[in-house]
Amino acid sequence: MRRCYFDHVATNPLLPEVLDAMMPYFKDNFGNPLSVYDLGTTARDAIEKARQQVAGLINAKPPTVVFTSSGAEANNFALRGIAVARQNKGKHVIVSKVEHHSILNSARFLEKSGFVVTYLPVDKLGIVDPDMVKKSINKETILISVTHASSEIGSLEPIREIAQTAKELGIAMHADGVAASGNIPVDIKELGVDLLSMAAHQFYGPKGAGALYVREGLRIAPLIYGGIQEGGRRAGTENVPAIVGMGKAAEIAAQEMLVRMEHCRQLRDALIGGVLKLPNVYLTGHHEARLPHHASFVVEFIEGEAMLLMLSVKGILSASGSACSSRALKSSPVLLSLGIPSALAQGSIVFSLGIDNSMEDINYFLEEFPQVVKKLRDMSPFAKGWGPGSGGADGESCYTGG
Amino acid sequence: MKFVHGVKADITADIVYMMCPMHLLKLEEMIRGLDQGQVLEILTDYDGALDDIPQWCERTGNEFIGLDEAEDYYRFYIKKNSRR
Repeated sequence: MRRCYFDHVATNPLLPEVLDAMMPYFKDNFGNPLSVYDLGTTARDAIEKARQQVAGLINAKPPTVVFTSSGAEANNFALRGIAVARQNKGKHVIVSKVEHHSILNSARFLEKSGFVVTYLPVDKLGIVDPDMVKKSINKETILISVTHASSEIGSLEPIREIAQTAKELGIAMHADGVAASGNIPVDIKELGVDLLSMAAHQFYGPKGAGALYVREGLRIAPLIYGGIQEGGRRAGTENVPAIVGMGKAAEIAAQEMLVRMEHCRQLRDALIGGVLKLPNVYLTGHHEARLPHHASFVVEFIEGEAMLLMLSVKGILSASGSACSSRALKSSPVLLSLGIPSALAQGSIVFSLGIDNSMEDINYFLEEFPQVVKKLRDMSPFAKGWGPGSGGADGESCYTGG
Repeated sequence: MKFVHGVKADITADIVYMMCPMHLLKLEEMIRGLDQGQVLEILTDYDGALDDIPQWCERTGNEFIGLDEAEDYYRFYIKKNSRR
């Protein structure tokens, strides 16, 4: 059976050349980077090379890259590290409502620690209004964190405009770049943010490696205390193979970025075009300003989970909402924040494509998907107009789309 | 402890929020890059530096100019006297 992996925002397959680069650091070069003998210096040199490669991906200086264990750690580090470092200046933090749980839950943690958090609303396409950011700022505001691109709806946020406002007012600006970095061009100078999170497995690197870009001269408190790794900013013996893999993946991503984007965009547009031929199916997120490999929908009258299961039987692997809310079987807060009714949000499905996908995959999917939707709708009481929030009788829509 | 105000430094290392032994490692790294007679300013909130930095200066033959207290951290001033 054909396998179509359409869940690249959950994670990516590892590139063989990345694994090759990592292997020596699992085996012969197992040294601790802090050790003074050659095994140590070999590992240390490998980390510094990876730092250069990751910095190169975002046009930053190598010392501004701090390696972490994941994108989630980078997000926690950014929010909590800046909150601690700036708490004497103020205790107000601004985040958007379409953030990943690693941002939203860090924000909730800050609220419990005495900070005040503003959760910025978004429009129907999931976009934050920079003017709304301006209006939310007060003299206590120390940090603004907005995702560069949401992994659930793919929309690209106006980071540059928000960062400009933050800069003018001396407020630290963080962007969660986990879904975007390595998949679309990111130039840290152009973006103008103070902090940017990344994760290697989002651009064909290994899991267990992430990074936080921290602008030169920006004070941040560590999230993890211990030794002098990462200049004292992130303690813990480094995951050398994963960091080496992240570096190699970053280098390749930088080289192949435009080709990958064009490949994914063609497949994605074909997928969106095909799916939207079905009745009562809506694209979520922005139509153009979105990640090139991302297509997300809500399918009326049926549940995302049911679609996932039936598709997976056919070898088509996708997600419903974020990997996290998918497991929790609850309506995605991100979709609800777009004004999508709760019942409709249950029909969320996300396809994220990659370099391992082909047009044959898309064609196969487009043959199978309408059958899945039909079968589920035939079983659904909502499609017959029985359920709450399902609109009118006989499947009449209650939603006009984003 | 020697307190000073308005010392002009040639270079500043901001390691506020970094814990032991970053203050000593940074000190060593920065001093190595300076010419004799140049002044290094280190910003740190690590209390252990109050003992460690003057002692390090004595041990390495560099001059501990003094300390200035900022709002929630210290400014240490060190003049490079050693050759290394």
